[in-house]
Amino acid sequence: MTEFSTAGYLDMDLLRFTTAGSVDDGKSTLIGRLLYDSKSIFEDQYEAIRASSEKRGEEYVNLALLTDGLRAEREQGITIDVAYRYFATPKRKFIIADTPGHIQYTRNMVTGASTANAAIILIDARKGVIEQTMRHTYIASLLRIPHVIVCVNKMDLVDFKKEVFEQIKKDYEAFAAKLDTTDIHFLPISALKGDNVVDASKNMKWYKGPTLMYLLENIKISNDQNHSDARFPVQYVIRPMNSEYHDYRGYAGRITGGVFKKGDAITVLPGGLTSKIKSIDTLNNSLEEAFAPMSVTLTLEDEIDISRGDMIVKTDNQPEATQDIDVMVCWLAEKKLQPNGKYALKHTSKEVRCVIKEIQYKVNINTLEKIEDDKTIGLNDIACLTLRTTSPLIVDKYKKNRNTGSLILIDESTNVTVGAGMII
Amino acid sequence: MKNYNLTHLKELESESIYVIRELAAQFERPALLFSGGKDSIICFHLARKAFAPAKVPFPLVHIDTGHNFEEAITFRDDLAAKYGAHLIVGSVQDSIDTGRVNEEKGFNASRNVLQTVTLLDTIENYKFDALIGGARRDEEKARAKERFFSHRDEFGQWDPKNQRPELWNIFNGKKAVGEHFRVFPISNWTEMDVWQYILQEKIEIPSIYFTHERECFVRDGVIYAHSHVIPLKPTEKVEKMQVRFRTVGDISCTGAVLSKANSLEEIVEEVAATRVTERGSRIDDKRSEAAMEDRKKAGYF
Repeated sequence: MTEFSTAGYLDMDLLRFTTAGSVDDGKSTLIGRLLYDSKSIFEDQYEAIRASSEKRGEEYVNLALLTDGLRAEREQGITIDVAYRYFATPKRKFIIADTPGHIQYTRNMVTGASTANAAIILIDARKGVIEQTMRHTYIASLLRIPHVIVCVNKMDLVDFKKEVFEQIKKDYEAFAAKLDTTDIHFLPISALKGDNVVDASKNMKWYKGPTLMYLLENIKISNDQNHSDARFPVQYVIRPMNSEYHDYRGYAGRITGGVFKKGDAITVLPGGLTSKIKSIDTLNNSLEEAFAPMSVTLTLEDEIDISRGDMIVKTDNQPEATQDIDVMVCWLAEKKLQPNGKYALKHTSKEVRCVIKEIQYKVNINTLEKIEDDKTIGLNDIACLTLRTTSPLIVDKYKKNRNTGSLILIDESTNVTVGAGMII
Repeated sequence: MKNYNLTHLKELESESIYVIRELAAQFERPALLFSGGKDSIICFHLARKAFAPAKVPFPLVHIDTGHNFEEAITFRDDLAAKYGAHLIVGSVQDSIDTGRVNEEKGFNASRNVLQTVTLLDTIENYKFDALIGGARRDEEKARAKERFFSHRDEFGQWDPKNQRPELWNIFNGKKAVGEHFRVFPISNWTEMDVWQYILQEKIEIPSIYFTHERECFVRDGVIYAHSHVIPLKPTEKVEKMQVRFRTVGDISCTGAVLSKANSLEEIVEEVAATRVTERGSRIDDKRSEAAMEDRKKAGYF
């Protein structure tokens, strides 16, 4: 392992990835190995899980105990909720959203997938492509995770045979062809033995591709953000109200797409008023330009009325303002979707109310077929809906921008987030 | 084409500022929990960045056990004065004096658990509806399950098995009267990120993070600062040691580490080489395997 250096550390970028697999696919073992081999497991953590494993009468140190943080999870030996794990190599820092593989927990995978640049999908070499593999792949595609890494695990249990790997790859490709994901990588690995995880496998000389760690360190992520369509949802208006900054009026927010430069001609939506960018401010200095996902404060040449929920865009590239929205929704709550029901809706920094105008169809996520005769939408269901909002939203298609194309639905009686929506 | 790619620290900073601005926009009476420790110092620094050139639009709240390191308290007061921040102190001693809580007895007595009552009372008195905390998911396994916007019921309780899913960067801060939120802007930072950021931004921190000579004693393998707060057992011997603190909590539950690190650069090197987590020296986490989860459910930080 390369020597640690501060200069190197300050130059690293960040990859967020999610892991999906069904029960016993070896997901925890794989994560444990990535953490262990990158020296991210500390002695006291290791000692704690070693002692717990022993107390539970387990033969090996159970690396799953590292990620199962809640009492109920350890008692039942299952993962209930998304857990976040961190490790760094000299090249990159990583955030793992570790999501449970149980069939009833699709909502967790959707949660983990929503911010991920990459998804690792685990397949047990002995079982091949199963229903859950397809489910995970579909969700990765629906949430538009840019990079998918299919790890065919437990290769040691099928004698490291090339044919097994090739057959699974073929089966997977046949299914994935129906979906939108373009960047798919396939790797034969043994998480337990370490083959092709960090070091190249000595048992699979027929495999000429990169190891998992190499892929994670080198996948190009700079194009994962939309850098062409400039979008700035206003989060908060800054008015210092003191003598030094008497007339200062700054619009604080996080750029959710594209690049803004000083002097750019902008339009404020939905109002439609125009101005120019006077400055792009941060605490210490002003910038010539800023890009997604930077948090900055914009000031404008003209005094116009702008508040939270408005969106500043470049005048020559404007998104759509609409009250009628078609979305793919993943339902996250036990309580079923209410046809014609009203929900609170959050989209970027804007909050409105909406009514479910139509349930177009439900998706059978194992076959990808549309179900048009059963329109009950319950937990983990994915459906295409038409919504009507109380006031216009400034939207892009999710395909074009994951930030301005996503929304959540909230039950107004319980305040719980019940739906995750992607605008189509 | 130009490379529009942020370094990971810049991306984390941007994410945290975004979270803090969401808090200010979504809640009426937010506050920042400030202990004088490095994580809350970073949260305050990020809050200054979020609202510049205006002042941070919410107060700092410190739950003072009365058993804190003097250096941390002095630092807290100086920082509030320097930036004109409004500081509110909730006192555990007051909670004891008014009979709200009973002090633990014995050699391992700590006011750590008592803080929860004082904290919840302070929230109620000031009608806070959201509190920023400097907790990080890499610190502890129960914290790894936290949301950025974490809901608390009318009793201040956390229900980890029934958390709201948090998708993309859309935070749902909706709540019923009497409920509140805990907001964790630096959820995705690691200990190393924190130190590198302090170094990069030249952020001031209390002197006890750096090496110094201190009267200490060892109990159960942990180095404790000698003070009136922890009674010595007959066999325990006080000696001068060259130490620093990796985390700063109440004296009764914070262990020191032997260290000669005298600058931020040296601390970073030490953190890079260490093989024990920073909470390894926190006695409060060691009471049981689920010590943190149990305290968090009851309303702890």
